[in-house]
Amino acid sequence: MRNKGTLALLVIALVGTARGTATALNVMTTTEDLASLARAVGGDRVSVESIARGYQDPHFVEAKPSFILKLHRADLLIVVGRELERGWLPPLIQQSRNAKIQPGADGYLDASLNVRILEIPTGQITRAMGDVHPLGNPHYWLDPGNGRRIAQTLQQRFARFSPGDASYFAQRYAEFDRQLTETATRWDAMMKPYRGLKVVTYHRSFPNLADRFGLDVVGYVEPRPGIPPSPSHTLDLIQEMKRQQIKIILVEPYFDLKTPNAIGRETGAKVLVLPPSVGGVKEATEYVKLFDYIVNLLATAIKETGAR
Amino acid sequence: MQISCFRFVLLCVVPILLAPSGARAEIQAAPASADDVAELRKEIVALREEYNERLTALEARLAAVEEKTGEQPGVAPPESAAAAPPPAPPGPAMPAVPAALSAAPSGGDQAAAAQLPVYGTPTSKILNPDIGLIGNLIGASGESRGGSESVAPFPFMTLQESEASFQAIVDPYARADFFLAIGQEGIEVEEGFVTFPVLPGGLMVKAGRMRANFGRLNAFHNHTLPWIDRPLVMFNLLGGATGDPDTGLKDAGVSVSRLIPAGNLFLEATGELYQGDSGTLFQSHQRRDFAVVGRLRTYADITDQTNFETGVSYARGHNDAGSAFTTELYGVDATLRWKPLRRAIYRSFVARSELFWSRREEPDLRHDAFGLFASADYQFQRRWFAGGRYDWAERARDASVRDHGFSAVLTYWPSEFSQVRGQYRRTRYGDGRTANELLFQVLFTIGAHGAHAF
Repeated sequence: MRNKGTLALLVIALVGTARGTATALNVMTTTEDLASLARAVGGDRVSVESIARGYQDPHFVEAKPSFILKLHRADLLIVVGRELERGWLPPLIQQSRNAKIQPGADGYLDASLNVRILEIPTGQITRAMGDVHPLGNPHYWLDPGNGRRIAQTLQQRFARFSPGDASYFAQRYAEFDRQLTETATRWDAMMKPYRGLKVVTYHRSFPNLADRFGLDVVGYVEPRPGIPPSPSHTLDLIQEMKRQQIKIILVEPYFDLKTPNAIGRETGAKVLVLPPSVGGVKEATEYVKLFDYIVNLLATAIKETGAR
Repeated sequence: MQISCFRFVLLCVVPILLAPSGARAEIQAAPASADDVAELRKEIVALREEYNERLTALEARLAAVEEKTGEQPGVAPPESAAAAPPPAPPGPAMPAVPAALSAAPSGGDQAAAAQLPVYGTPTSKILNPDIGLIGNLIGASGESRGGSESVAPFPFMTLQESEASFQAIVDPYARADFFLAIGQEGIEVEEGFVTFPVLPGGLMVKAGRMRANFGRLNAFHNHTLPWIDRPLVMFNLLGGATGDPDTGLKDAGVSVSRLIPAGNLFLEATGELYQGDSGTLFQSHQRRDFAVVGRLRTYADITDQTNFETGVSYARGHNDAGSAFTTELYGVDATLRWKPLRRAIYRSFVARSELFWSRREEPDLRHDAFGLFASADYQFQRRWFAGGRYDWAERARDASVRDHGFSAVLTYWPSEFSQVRGQYRRTRYGDGRTANELLFQVLFTIGAHGAHAF
């Protein structure tokens, strides 16, 4: 008799309602960088939303049930991959009840599969190294070359989903490619005088950026990836920075500025909050503008500090 | 992979083959006559020709091999095929990672194909489940037994349980999770279930032994609790075995859940059917003495950084008084969370409360008991958390006995993989005695460390 209540619950659970069908391809991305690239290629034929905000640490995003709802309705999920989202994405995908975006399905796209990945660890990997990414550094999107490769992958995948719009996507991709090539030439020219400039960063978020523009990252505020600053490491870092006369510290917007500022005071270095993602600062509204912002910020700071 | 190895060997072998012949010639040439020198020259020329021939033959073979396996991925980075290829990267060119290295399951067989045969195919290791082990050392001091021998006694020191987890994808339709609790008395399957996440109709089905979806906390594993112990109300009303610190509703059965469309409101309904044996709470005397659990859960974002979740739960099963007697449970739970997105790794706050009502039938009478807990936890630094909990609970078998208590908790996280925690617990038991206890815990994780449930 008492089972009736429970059975009622079960019945509610089993009663289905048809999902609304939208005309545009419904795309979810894990980060705003991927969202920006998806918008660049997809135009008005796709609707795109990102789970993480650009000023959030992409390693630590809360797996909120509201994201489950959004994934439930998605046609395509684009992820950064390389285990960046390992701590929060799997339960969201599993609970989405959406067969289209399960890993292995067509609607699950790992954007890292044909980009240039740096810092792939070799030899024995242990957690004594901190929060190490065995598949290489997942902050790979900060290289225009990789942005282009991702955009191209997106173009192909979008075309597979809406073959009728294939030429539209191809045209948008070509336009993005042209714009990126043009602006990249300008960025390269701006950064050229500073090749070999030594910098310190908080986390290992900028290897591809450094590689592209010839910056030399000689140290990190974190003693190991994912481990917060320790006094002894900070002292070592200060000495090393004084010895090598390093004048620039790059910090992601989601880290505490206390230690970087202290190091800055001690060494005379300038602390720059450098957004690694679209949306990290309000000026960086899209992929190309993110580089505009970063390159301008760097060039200005280098001039100010006279760093070399 | 094979090709580049081959090339490497070739590059190494050729100079080695060529070098000693030249050296030998020099040594012998010094004291020798002009004739000898001419002879030697001839020999060297002959040798060189021979090596050249061999080299060309090898190169031809190499080319053939390359052609055969040309479509294999991984040697050169897949450059943009469009009109404008990306500008050449500065610095040493690094090849992109072959797709085989990626975590995507599609890459697995390609990696295997390129390996030399070894005992136990490499795929057997790739497809092994993710294995993790969590150690949970607990210490207690003070009046360790408190006023009640039966309510959650902690010994002075105990490796209360080590949890071994084995998790993997079964096939394109299912995944499996096993959690074995290895305690001092033996091994118990804490949970072991298969999940079908994408069945038709938007259903998700789990089958196996599970912690039931009754209330919020019941589904938590011990090491994910924000305290060392479980709230009193779980001991009193969700009855674990006497003396077993791991209480809660867990049983073998099937769970079906579904999202209910409600605009932007997250609404999830779960129905579960169990064998009907769970600690001292439910006891199955015959096959049809099964237990049922139902839960309706809703969640809403208040702002980007604040959200609220609430749920109602129901459970019913037969108790140890006999097949004709049932215990019914009702639960209400609420959780408020705050976490600023930009400072997510430094600050957070969670307040939660659960209320339980129990109705237990016995041969001559019925016990209606009530209990609750309310708690708050605040993260005030990247590695530090402080919290408190209030407990109030009647006992399921005698509602006139009321236990209540308060706990204060301080937690330190050296990293995501270890945790040190202290808890002061003051409990006033229904029989009039009061216990003051200091609990201490060290948690450590090795191996795979899955994502935490929200």
